[in-house]
Amino acid sequence: MTTDEKTTLSTLPDEQRTPMLKRLTGANTLWIGLVLLVLVATFGAIRPDAIFQVTTLQFLLAETAVLLVLSVGMTFVIITSGIDLSVGSVLVFASVSSAMAMNSVSGGDATNAGWGVIGFGLLVAVVSGAAWGLLNGLLISRAKIPPLIVTLGSFGAAQGAALLLNNGSNVSGIPDKLNTTFGSGTWFGIPNIVIVAAVVTALGALLLSTTRFGRYTYAVGSNEEAARRVGISVRGHLTKVYLLAGTLAGLAGFMGNAFFRVAVVTGHETDNLNAIAAVVLGGTSIFGGTGSVLGTVFGVFIPAVLEKGLVIIGVKEFWQPIAVAVVLVAAVWLDQTRRRARNQR
Amino acid sequence: MSQPLLEARDLTKNYGTVEALRGASFTAYPGEVVSLIGDNGAGKSTLVKCLSGVEQPTSGSLVFDGEPLNLGSPNDARALGIETVFQDLAVAPDLDPAANMFLGREILKPGVLGFLGVLDKKAMRKQAAEHFTRFGATLQSIDVPIAALSGGQRQSVAVARSVAWASKLVFMDEPTAALGVVQRERVLDVIKRVRDEGIAVVLISHNMPEVLSVSDRVEVLRLGRRVARFKASETSVEELVGAMTGALTQEDAA
Repeated sequence: MTTDEKTTLSTLPDEQRTPMLKRLTGANTLWIGLVLLVLVATFGAIRPDAIFQVTTLQFLLAETAVLLVLSVGMTFVIITSGIDLSVGSVLVFASVSSAMAMNSVSGGDATNAGWGVIGFGLLVAVVSGAAWGLLNGLLISRAKIPPLIVTLGSFGAAQGAALLLNNGSNVSGIPDKLNTTFGSGTWFGIPNIVIVAAVVTALGALLLSTTRFGRYTYAVGSNEEAARRVGISVRGHLTKVYLLAGTLAGLAGFMGNAFFRVAVVTGHETDNLNAIAAVVLGGTSIFGGTGSVLGTVFGVFIPAVLEKGLVIIGVKEFWQPIAVAVVLVAAVWLDQTRRRARNQR
Repeated sequence: MSQPLLEARDLTKNYGTVEALRGASFTAYPGEVVSLIGDNGAGKSTLVKCLSGVEQPTSGSLVFDGEPLNLGSPNDARALGIETVFQDLAVAPDLDPAANMFLGREILKPGVLGFLGVLDKKAMRKQAAEHFTRFGATLQSIDVPIAALSGGQRQSVAVARSVAWASKLVFMDEPTAALGVVQRERVLDVIKRVRDEGIAVVLISHNMPEVLSVSDRVEVLRLGRRVARFKASETSVEELVGAMTGALTQEDAA
């Protein structure tokens, strides 16, 4: 043991840490961030006048804010090696029920309603989102039904329920106050809706990377059995993660109401796939166990920038989904190759 | 010897129609290394699962430190200072060694941050490095995912983790399987060191010379029952194999 003691004693904890630069370059996140930077730089170099315009950037950010909030929840879900196909439908459900709730407490039309009604609408949106998330979580963790099937079910059910609520039509009557302040208002040039999304994202990133909740999320995704054996309540944790995703989808529905001034029942059918694509693009492994919220931020903006950029430089925007698809498949292929190389040891 | 630390009496465990344990008994005394051996399917792993709270026996009783014991979950066992190194390791491959060591026992930051569930990663890294050093697990780096380590290093982490938390008893289910010669020696050395600290070690192994070299006592399971008990210093590989295969039975063992 003497030789061993020499080597171990000479390696003190802090020297054992991998240097910061090496850790950064080893992470997927850095590369994804670089891809985004290159995209912005390329489009910027071609059409600096159009890209770096305040209104273009404002609109890009505001449009992406809703998807970003959905994707933060999706990041947690995918790190547990799960999936949530229901986020877009839950968003629609929350959006419709919140708008209808605001209307009903304002005598049928909430257009001129005050902050009390708006607060009530927020509560309804968040609670109805959370309820769907809780249902998903309980079915997945207690009834042991695969997440793909459970959330495929709630994807259809939440959309159907939203259509039933208002007989299939959009709900208008969103309070003007909500739209002018929260929906279209800005603070030092940054749309308020973007600030909300940024705060949610920052909180999500802290929750994932610095807390016990985040640590358990990784552990459950990495090896569920190991997590169970060290005494982590895997069922409880999975329920909480899906509850979080549902709650964020509810909040996103409320943000959509504020931004579009109407609760729309269509147009969110592919939100789930967009969120999944963003999370996976951002370096979160579809097999669970690894990933980051920062990566998801990059992953949300890559398709958005591509779409805007292609339009501005005059390429048909139909190329955007193709470009995203290529990057997405390449990202997963890269992840799999790395895992295989790692597991061969 | 003194009072047994852990005693199992007449445990049975049925999985459907399969009887994995048919009245198995087991005894571990404080501060000893006792090996549990038996052929494949003898019920060793099932017995350990019942004794560490992972599974609940269908019938039978457990006594710990003279008190009747009821283990509803691994947490109950851990609360008593009983830890297990599982055959399949049960580490989270994407987490680093320190995170794995403190998994389920995270150190939180003091004050408000801790109340919010914020981890004290630095403290955990420091303590983990000390533990690994103490138990001879050499790792080049404390913050790479476990999956990036070699099989032997992974094993060292799993062993060091259990040993670090055990105050009374450690179960080790084949801790040296799939290890090289040097690493095997190191794990056996850890087992002796743990025993010298007064903690009982229950070793499950197929390697008879290893069992004889490290154990104080040996208990043999066959077809879900204890069929023989030996003092390691007074027995031989032939005798152990005889008991495992049924060629030799002790009347008083069951």
